[in-house]
Amino acid sequence: MEAQLPPYSIKMMLPELFLFVWALVVITFDLLTRRKSGSAVGYLAMLGLVICGGILSITGYGRGFGMMFINDPVAVFFKVIFLGAAFMAIGSSFGITNRKIVNHRGEYFGLILLSTVGMMFLASSQELLSLYIGLELTTIPLFVLAGFFKDDRKSVESGIKYMIMGALSSALLLYGISFLYGLSGTTDIVQMKINLAVTQLANEGDIGVILILATVTILAGIGFKLALPPFHQWAPDVYEGSPTPIAAFLSVGSKAAGIVAFVKIMMLGLEAFYDPVMKPNDWGILVGVLAIAAMVWGNVAAVRQSNIKRMLAFSSIAQAGYIMIGMVAMNQYGLAAVGFYTFVYMFANMGAFAIVTVVEDQTGSCKISSYAGLSRTSPFLSAALAVFLLSLAGIPPLAGFFAKYYVFAAAIAMAGSSNGHTWLYWLVGVGLLTTVFALYYYANVIKTAYFAREASPYRLRPLRPALLVIAIGLLGVLIFGVVPETIVDFARDLPYYIAH
Amino acid sequence: MEHLILPLVIFFPSIGALLLLLVPERQADTIRGVSLIVSFVTMLLSFAVYYWFDPVASGMQFELNQLWIASVGINFHLGIDGISLLLIVLTTILTVLCILSSWRSVTKGVKGFHISMLVLATGMIGVFCALDLFLFYIFWEVMLIPMYFIIGIWGGPRKIYAAIKFVLFTMIGSLLMLVALIYIYFEFHSLTGEYSFDLLQIMSMQVPYQAQLWLFAAFALAFAIKVPLFPFHTWLPDAHVEAPTAGSVILAGVLLKMGTYGFIRICMPLFPEATIAYLPYICILSIIAIIYGALVSMVQKDIKSLVAFSSVSHMGFVMLGLFALNQNGVEGSVMQMINHGVSTGALFLLVGMIYERRHTRMIADFGGLAKVMPAFSVFFMIVTLSSIGLPLTNGFVGEFLILLGAFKANVVYGIVAASGVILAACYMLWMYQRVVFGKVTNAQNEKLSDLSPREKLILVPIVVLIFWIGIYPKPFFERIEPAVKDVLTKINGARLSSADDGQDAAQMFIDESKEISTVVIDEGVTADE
Repeated sequence: MEAQLPPYSIKMMLPELFLFVWALVVITFDLLTRRKSGSAVGYLAMLGLVICGGILSITGYGRGFGMMFINDPVAVFFKVIFLGAAFMAIGSSFGITNRKIVNHRGEYFGLILLSTVGMMFLASSQELLSLYIGLELTTIPLFVLAGFFKDDRKSVESGIKYMIMGALSSALLLYGISFLYGLSGTTDIVQMKINLAVTQLANEGDIGVILILATVTILAGIGFKLALPPFHQWAPDVYEGSPTPIAAFLSVGSKAAGIVAFVKIMMLGLEAFYDPVMKPNDWGILVGVLAIAAMVWGNVAAVRQSNIKRMLAFSSIAQAGYIMIGMVAMNQYGLAAVGFYTFVYMFANMGAFAIVTVVEDQTGSCKISSYAGLSRTSPFLSAALAVFLLSLAGIPPLAGFFAKYYVFAAAIAMAGSSNGHTWLYWLVGVGLLTTVFALYYYANVIKTAYFAREASPYRLRPLRPALLVIAIGLLGVLIFGVVPETIVDFARDLPYYIAH
Repeated sequence: MEHLILPLVIFFPSIGALLLLLVPERQADTIRGVSLIVSFVTMLLSFAVYYWFDPVASGMQFELNQLWIASVGINFHLGIDGISLLLIVLTTILTVLCILSSWRSVTKGVKGFHISMLVLATGMIGVFCALDLFLFYIFWEVMLIPMYFIIGIWGGPRKIYAAIKFVLFTMIGSLLMLVALIYIYFEFHSLTGEYSFDLLQIMSMQVPYQAQLWLFAAFALAFAIKVPLFPFHTWLPDAHVEAPTAGSVILAGVLLKMGTYGFIRICMPLFPEATIAYLPYICILSIIAIIYGALVSMVQKDIKSLVAFSSVSHMGFVMLGLFALNQNGVEGSVMQMINHGVSTGALFLLVGMIYERRHTRMIADFGGLAKVMPAFSVFFMIVTLSSIGLPLTNGFVGEFLILLGAFKANVVYGIVAASGVILAACYMLWMYQRVVFGKVTNAQNEKLSDLSPREKLILVPIVVLIFWIGIYPKPFFERIEPAVKDVLTKINGARLSSADDGQDAAQMFIDESKEISTVVIDEGVTADE
């Protein structure tokens, strides 16, 4: 009998391959122009992302490399988020590349693209090892990017801190994956799900302590990536030290990558071991506890921050907590809510960070107090910042409200559906209560910008690409606030695909 | 045309706000003019709604039901009955008056101010029109942000504290409402297999008693914070006192009404059994609010905070009337919502006018204004009397019916509440006496200018309304009556069914009201007035 090689279907991987090549092109272009490429290299990188999006849209759904690589709506949905986040991060970087990293523009933009390639691989991988490789490809360029200001102690510190934490979390994840492999004898996620279920039946529902170990280590690994307390300590320092657009990219792109990894391993692979009733095997309540910790700690700590990047770091920890509610509500609404939340979060958070970048370029400071009176001198940017922050706080009719609504609705639907799930009400309760805290610190920035007695000494002049990013963010937040239908429809189908 | 008039009334101010974005900041008078015209046209549109409204028909009118977010069953469902009709007209009138009143007092950030006012108008009218719970929630929240800016940017010395307190209080309430809303949504789904937030559809559903208790509590808390019912009133004095005149007028005139409107539109018809169960608590809190608000008003040194605390007392009356759960009480309450909007709005306007002249609101700084500003004093007198509830003014009509309803429901409630009327007369007249009568003690008051034509223009419509409602309220009651009957039918149905179960509280309630209703008490109440 002749072994049959699985069809490769390279076509499925075209967007990733293209972006990989394009990243090299970007770096080479900068070298060939003897580091004099100016903003052109940035525009080149943005162009690449747009083309990649175009290729993605014509690639279609399918599988490649056996079962390892899959292009289903879930993957495409998250790939759009990754491309969008990278596009917006690059767009808001021009001020920094013009002043601070004049000689390494090519690497800077190229590494962002490479990291995006990693995220896209991750979203498509249906197998634990390629998933792990995707995650590594995502984070390793980010280590470099976080420490990109070589002369800045804080930046270098954040780079090293991020690298150590990243390496530790990857090791934990890999450790957990090895347990799973040991239990199921396969790294294919779907096969693993079946094998684990069979093993569980054979052992009369008791797989034993190894599965608990696997669950806990994997959760810790992903918890680090998502900065869920108690694995969050690196986030504020890294966000504060790294270049602001990179902090934005970390908080959206890399977070979305962590979410995909979570969806793939937990919601798909370990689906059988989600159990609302406290049993040693289940991960549902464990994630619920992480979500509560994230919402409480993120929101409470954010209140006390005077540096806006640290504040946004804690707020993004809290946002990850809200997303986790959707994960715990493992029903038809849950994953849809997660998808929609992440999508909307991209617009609002990237937009907010873009404005923070503009302010930092102009004033050289990230203190919230340096926003005082900005509404008088830069009314448009202040209004945009207010819109982004209010969307993050979840005020209707902005898109962030619908995101929160869907997440809570998913949890309430699950809580009401059977008795074992009623503890989800606590999750919703904590979520709502902490939203009030969130509103307080977001409103605090708006207050500083709007209610100051004196006009600000600065008049913000954003570069054109930064303006483009802010405009995209505004459009996203406003349009998906009034007509969330389009994305909701798309997101609603996600659970179907993850289950099949 | 008819079914498009509501969205037009709702969104016309917002379109105006977009238009204002195009006007450069420097042309302050153009901005004021555009904003005035927009709000005036909105007012005319709301008059058109009033004109076309059929007073005899029961149920919702001008209904518009469009799919909005079809996949989750959210509809753009609008419609009004008599209660919402009057509140909409009140809102549009007060918006025009507020914009007129800020002509001179708002000089910084004119553009932002008027945009906020117009967006606020959209939110307020939207709340009164929404028949989809989700839509209701959206409009409810939309108002929050413009009000935050109005208090925070154009407010008094402690504006930032007041603005943030206002937002956080409201947000806590509305988040609870959101949870309750989502719960009802899934409850409705499990009963009917359909996803819908439609208020009218949900109204036909029988919510289980235990769930009703929780849901009522969540909604009631959101609304009680807005009303504000004692002990959730602490944001109100801060917000009212620190807000600019226009902000205070809108806050007192319209935003507070949204709380009571929420009770009558959502809480009562959706959770009739829970309404009866919570009845004694809410009545007692209302009575505490009446007495407490009045007593605290009496010791205020600042006219504006006096008016603010008097709102707590007046809104206590409205709540008591609503939860008397009989035709007189509820009709009186709805009328009193309008009256309070008119007269307290007017009081804030008047306080704003003397504040513009003297830059103080302390009662002690005034005295003898009758000689210096005769026109002002006359207007102030009329509004004060209407706020007290003198016969022939609007306040009398509302309070009389509320007390009538309260006596029918429970004599003790009626008697205690009636004492609030006396207290109101005390603090209002005492304040009026100290401000207006006597000799001019403060030299600075001697050369105050009397009201300008613009200010008279603001006050005349209010005086007309005061006497119109006071003397001939029939057209208003005609429109309220069918709507109130609808709500009460629902409640009475619940009362009967719970009486069958031998639920003691409700049964006692009915016995009491039967006893009392046989006694003719009208004259007794009049004497109290």
